[in-house]
Amino acid sequence: MADVRAEELDIGESDDVVRVRQAVRDAAVELGFSIVDQTKVVTAASELARNTYTYGGGGHFRMELLNSGSRHGLRLTFEDDGPGIPDIEQALRDGYTTGTGLGMGLGGARRLVNEFHIESNPGSGTRIVATRWR
Amino acid sequence: MPETERIPILKMGDLLLVTIQVDMHDRIAMRLQDDLTERIVSDHARGVLIDISSLEIVDSFIGRMLANIAAMSRVLDAQTVVVGMRPAVAITLVELGLSLPDVRTALNVEQGMQLLTEGGKTNGWPHDGRRSS
Repeated sequence: MADVRAEELDIGESDDVVRVRQAVRDAAVELGFSIVDQTKVVTAASELARNTYTYGGGGHFRMELLNSGSRHGLRLTFEDDGPGIPDIEQALRDGYTTGTGLGMGLGGARRLVNEFHIESNPGSGTRIVATRWR
Repeated sequence: MPETERIPILKMGDLLLVTIQVDMHDRIAMRLQDDLTERIVSDHARGVLIDISSLEIVDSFIGRMLANIAAMSRVLDAQTVVVGMRPAVAITLVELGLSLPDVRTALNVEQGMQLLTEGGKTNGWPHDGRRSS
């Protein structure tokens, strides 16, 4: 039987990006992630939390600690009610940005996790689910 | 934002030294960038050494800050060296897609200082990745 524990945080100000990082780090340590895997998942969380704040106008973060048999992982969900992403493929491309960033956030975050799903429609917000297995 | 929320910049000769010891939120990072640029001019600094050995992650925002500091200091005739990057941070940065090609790095403070004091004699950096032995 799968065991799931969840934590949630609102992303409403830029300091919440730091709170998301700390929550993800604590969970990654608890799940026994290696230093490199901790660093990757925390970095991915930082990119996605900042996107939620900057482009989504704030939103919600949910983290699930997954324990199913021998599999341990972290599932991170970022949701916002912002303007949405008109062209997801374009947004995932390195170097593409509508803001002042480097355009590495979304595509980079995808490379740092094992599973990455993005749902977005113009006008109805964005939902990103990123999972990293130990 | 409270005045205390800034990273101290130390002056040593014509070098400026910064040790980042906190999990920086974005505004502290932006402020450091502004403060350093001002200090390079007001202190007539020729080099900036940034120690990031305490940083557990460098994401694209902090990476951009480091690249900006390096670029701005170059324009102001100073050189920047970033030292102490943790191996896991380096692995993650490259996977993220940031190799920071224009940011000079050294393994530790000592080697970084050596680069800055030698580099002061010339205008450009050597591109052969030389290391002190």
